[in-house]
Amino acid sequence: MTATMEVRSAGSPSPRARLRAYAHGHRSATIVVSMVLITAAMIVLAQVPPLSLIQRQNAWFDAFANAGTFVLLAMGLNVVVGLAGLLDLGYAAFFAIGSYTYAYSNSPFSQTDLPFLPMLVVGAAVAAVFGIALGAPTLRLRGDYLAIMTLGFGEIVPIVFLNLDKWTEGTNGIGGIFRPEPLPVLGEFSALSPFPYYILMVGIVTVAMILLYRMQDSRIGRAWNAIREDELAAAANGINTVTTKLLAFAIGATTAGFAGVFNASKLTIVSPEQFLFAVSFSVLAMVILGGMGNIWGVAAGALLVYLIQVVLLKQLNGMVEGLGIPFLTEINFLDYQYLLFGVALVLMMLFRPEGLFPSQRRRRELHIADELAGPIDEPAVIGSLGAAPGADELGDTSGQDLRGHDR
Amino acid sequence: MTETTEVLRAEKVTKRFGGLIAVNTIDFAIPRGSIVSLIGPNGAGKTTFFNVIAGIYDPTDGRIEFRGETVIAHPRRAWLEPILWLVMPGVVAMATILASLAGLAQGTVILGIFATILVLLASLVTGVARGPAYQRFLGRFGIFRSARPNDMVVAGLGRTFQNIRLFQNMTVLENVQVGMHSRLHAGWVDALLSTPRNRAEELSSRIRAEELLALVGLQGTGDGLAKNLPYGDQRRLEIARAVASNPVLLLLDEPTAGMNPNETAGLTSLISRLRRDLGLTILLIEHDMKVVMGISDRVTVLDHGEKIAEGTPDEIRRDPKVIEAYLGAPAA
Repeated sequence: MTATMEVRSAGSPSPRARLRAYAHGHRSATIVVSMVLITAAMIVLAQVPPLSLIQRQNAWFDAFANAGTFVLLAMGLNVVVGLAGLLDLGYAAFFAIGSYTYAYSNSPFSQTDLPFLPMLVVGAAVAAVFGIALGAPTLRLRGDYLAIMTLGFGEIVPIVFLNLDKWTEGTNGIGGIFRPEPLPVLGEFSALSPFPYYILMVGIVTVAMILLYRMQDSRIGRAWNAIREDELAAAANGINTVTTKLLAFAIGATTAGFAGVFNASKLTIVSPEQFLFAVSFSVLAMVILGGMGNIWGVAAGALLVYLIQVVLLKQLNGMVEGLGIPFLTEINFLDYQYLLFGVALVLMMLFRPEGLFPSQRRRRELHIADELAGPIDEPAVIGSLGAAPGADELGDTSGQDLRGHDR
Repeated sequence: MTETTEVLRAEKVTKRFGGLIAVNTIDFAIPRGSIVSLIGPNGAGKTTFFNVIAGIYDPTDGRIEFRGETVIAHPRRAWLEPILWLVMPGVVAMATILASLAGLAQGTVILGIFATILVLLASLVTGVARGPAYQRFLGRFGIFRSARPNDMVVAGLGRTFQNIRLFQNMTVLENVQVGMHSRLHAGWVDALLSTPRNRAEELSSRIRAEELLALVGLQGTGDGLAKNLPYGDQRRLEIARAVASNPVLLLLDEPTAGMNPNETAGLTSLISRLRRDLGLTILLIEHDMKVVMGISDRVTVLDHGEKIAEGTPDEIRRDPKVIEAYLGAPAA
């Protein structure tokens, strides 16, 4: 909408404005083109300095594919937290459910070997069912209460997987999960060549992004926004808040299910400690850092945070050891990742609460002061003075409110 | 739906908050096509009564009939509802138990358990969603539960709030489109697949929203944010949003509060125009007596939660009880 406004206001639209207007009108095509460009750019970047100095090209593809899991998770959580405004602190539970679903369908433990692509859908569907099962009785809770409930669910799920050791192998987790069968074009999936995983992940993220954008721009996306802003007013305008919130929850869980299946097939092992609160928290931090409500923003935030967390900090250890400074070599930088998170979040809340790549909407909400500095209408004292005295005989209140404007 | 001459009829409606009786056994009716005002001193229970009608508060006692159907009353046979939820899962569970007794393969039994859980979940979701079909289904078993605010909108009621409750960070146009929510039908599948129906509906809702904005005098403001509108225009936008659901009855809670005489006159004429052009019936809470006496067909006066007078504006103006409520009893 802003893009079209720009086009109208400028006499002859600049190429940039025209591009933005076009992108807004053809969103799905724009996403596909951008993702292809980004994918290609990342393939090239991984082979040239400075990235090629940090680690080998295959290690980068591996990292990108793993980061993609978190990009998916962040995009899914963004629907729940960023669009519908429901704080979900146990999001990793749905990730776990997706992962274990794939583990049961493709492992020596369960003695099954089902095809990957259908299982991707099944895993997502199972996660969605759990999302609905959790949401249906509890979504009438608001704010803090909902957060505590999701926190509890997020704790329960890994504990159940841990303690049902007859069914889940407990702490050891289910290992030796079969990799996806070779796909056309992509070729064989193996530990040695992570490239097919990378391309597959890009495909999943692209599809998810197109679908999520469509949801966001639909009648339902509008309803999510309305609920986030004012639930009572939303209900008083005919929105069934229960089903609408449930749908947000289910879509969030579905996305986590996709991520879970992919993750299990890539790591070839699932165990309860992969899905602890730290994961829920990391994903939430990615959403907040990236810019709640903006799908591209949270995707970029997730990629950035994951790469810093897993690649950069790990390599930093090696690099510092190479320098041979006695004090610094003692430090394991990976141990400090949550410290970094914390500091980053605090700084973010102080200086850029809307996130690195904010949505238009969030920016507006969080920068009210800037807008108030804009044009202010003339104060209308005339209102109270001009009221006809005769009209007041039964306690007229017009003119009491100074917010009234003279037009 | 049978259309009666009265759009809304309230019978002996009482709302208690702990020891406070905010609304006390009020009988009230709104004739079709009329403008009825509800007045009374601050704290008389006007807004509480509004919220009961709109489905936000459950009344402690009494019933409300809207367009000939009882929509709000004491729940009846509510205990039966959760039992109904268990019927379908129960059948599947019994089938599973029978299958295991009959010695069928373990796979079948496990499948049966999964099916039981899924069916249980499906009935739970249907129950909490409470769609129109489900409510008709409940009616067949003599179960009655009061309508929720969104059910009232679907039934044909639109409302505004005393302290404006717009979706501030959404655009003006989006606010009106949210108002249309219950009249649009594209679901999540339409949205995901971007079906022709979804696109056509989005387009037509935009056009309709522009029309409604023009009707309330806000043409050309659609792309701006709701919170950036001047105060008077925010009131107008709230009316446009309420009207967007094609209501039969429009509830306006102090629409001219905080407005100067010019704006008040403009809004008064807008209210009359809404009745004329859209055929609306309007219930108004208002403090500005010029507005009330100018456009109302009937006026009801509340004081301390009780109805103390009802009649044409002229009758109300002369009613000694009303004068006493507003100005106090004459000195002895």
